[in-house]
Amino acid sequence: MLGKGIFKKPKNTLEASPFEATAKKPGASGEVCVKCPACRTALFLGDLAANGRICPRCGAYFRMGARERLDSVCDADSFEELFSGVVSGDPLRFPDYENKLAQARARSGEPEAVVCGTARLGGVPMAIFAMEPEFMLGSMGAALGEKVTLLFEQATLNRLPVVGFTVSGGARMQEGILSLMQMAKTSGAVRRHGDAGLLYICVLTDPTTGGVTASFAMQGDITLAEPGALVGFAGPRVIEQTMRQKLPERFQRAEFLLEKGFVDAIVGRREMKQTLSLLLRLHGGEAAV
Amino acid sequence: MSAIESVRAARASGRPTGLDFIRNIFEDFFELHGDRRFGDDRAVVAGVARLDGLPVTVIALEKGHTTKEKLERNFGSAHPEGYRKALRQMKLAEKFRRPVVCFVDTAGAYCGIGAEERGQGQAIAEILMECMGLETPVISVLIGEGGSGGALALAVADEVWMLQNAVYSVISPEGCASILWKDASRTAEAAECLKLTAGDLLALGVVERVLPETGEDFAPLYALLKRDLAETLRALGAADARALAALRYERFRKFGVVKA
Repeated sequence: MLGKGIFKKPKNTLEASPFEATAKKPGASGEVCVKCPACRTALFLGDLAANGRICPRCGAYFRMGARERLDSVCDADSFEELFSGVVSGDPLRFPDYENKLAQARARSGEPEAVVCGTARLGGVPMAIFAMEPEFMLGSMGAALGEKVTLLFEQATLNRLPVVGFTVSGGARMQEGILSLMQMAKTSGAVRRHGDAGLLYICVLTDPTTGGVTASFAMQGDITLAEPGALVGFAGPRVIEQTMRQKLPERFQRAEFLLEKGFVDAIVGRREMKQTLSLLLRLHGGEAAV
Repeated sequence: MSAIESVRAARASGRPTGLDFIRNIFEDFFELHGDRRFGDDRAVVAGVARLDGLPVTVIALEKGHTTKEKLERNFGSAHPEGYRKALRQMKLAEKFRRPVVCFVDTAGAYCGIGAEERGQGQAIAEILMECMGLETPVISVLIGEGGSGGALALAVADEVWMLQNAVYSVISPEGCASILWKDASRTAEAAECLKLTAGDLLALGVVERVLPETGEDFAPLYALLKRDLAETLRALGAADARALAALRYERFRKFGVVKA
């Protein structure tokens, strides 16, 4: 799918990212192989998953599903999911939305575009969320906003730090203004968690854009980003259309944001867990007994 | 009026802009420029003024009337420094216990290279988070176009009021039609689906009040706003400022119909 699609004119720059999500389990939809868009090596999906969705040949990053992400940083068997029953309705009765939700659930195997819970990381208890790229590209509707808000509220109550992984195309337009309101709602929950003196570390992954960038993704006390991740408010295609000019090569990539002063550090996937563990401990996190 | 007619009315070039509301409602307006970090975004007008004797902070997104003004004001689309200027004035309002009135009229936050380089997303994220805890009363009035995050940045308020023909949406109907259906000719349908009119938003609880318009004569509306803004701000100002911020959180906390 990737190999063929890459020469077509992209419908949407975000959808057309060379490192498109491959959260599907090997064989889940009949595919066992994928070609690395960077070095063209054919890779078995199983091998790719075992390698943290990093191309073993050239080191390119593929998108990672929410569950895999949680597995990659949480201590074994420590994750306890919260709020899994909070799922999107169709508040505006928007044409075809119920269908799209059903497809997203089938494709991702998740009820909603974010997975929340508590876990330990290097022994330190924390609240954690990871967004799911295969569920409508992590778009934010009322249920996603509600889950993130509930997580921050619970973390405030239980005095836990929050670690979050973002991936999002922005607001979910099928929920109209109610999706916009989630930006304010989540911002309020992050603010209250911060006012209680608690730590929030946000890790920006490819891509993080729109209403998520303009709310909880950019509200961390510490903001990390994966190498090469596209992070911005407007998507690159929108900017190209507005400006009528080609964008610079690495525009809106994590390295660009670091240079401009909007992220604290770029952290590779293999170093992510130990980095988060260090930061949690430097902020008073202690291993639970 | 259909949804697409409201969209057209909200964007009509003869419609009063933020500065018209400031000039017709407040006395002694003194404009305060700049964000102290990068520059002065002319798409955002901010300053101090008197409202029926009450000192207030006023912040408006300004589109301009003439072509020259529109270019100067970037058609009302703010850059990050515009939101940082607004936030600076809100923090000053909190310090001096002045209430804040915002007038919202924008197609959206500007999408461009400079805006991204200077952190458009971060600037909006910051003002949203700060407004959620701001310990002074805030009322926002949607006077024309309310375009997505760029409008919400000035609408995290204790009460949000909306003119009868204003619109407020997560995306423009054109954008929605072209992304969802790849068909710009379905803009009117998208406008209906998005529930962006004052009536729709009142029913959804997104705005507290819809203010009637009387054709091209805005004088009655200015008089109504002058009286009611002063009255409501005085009432809100009597409440404990911290309790007010908590109520503001609850106001936004309730949004989201979700299946349990």
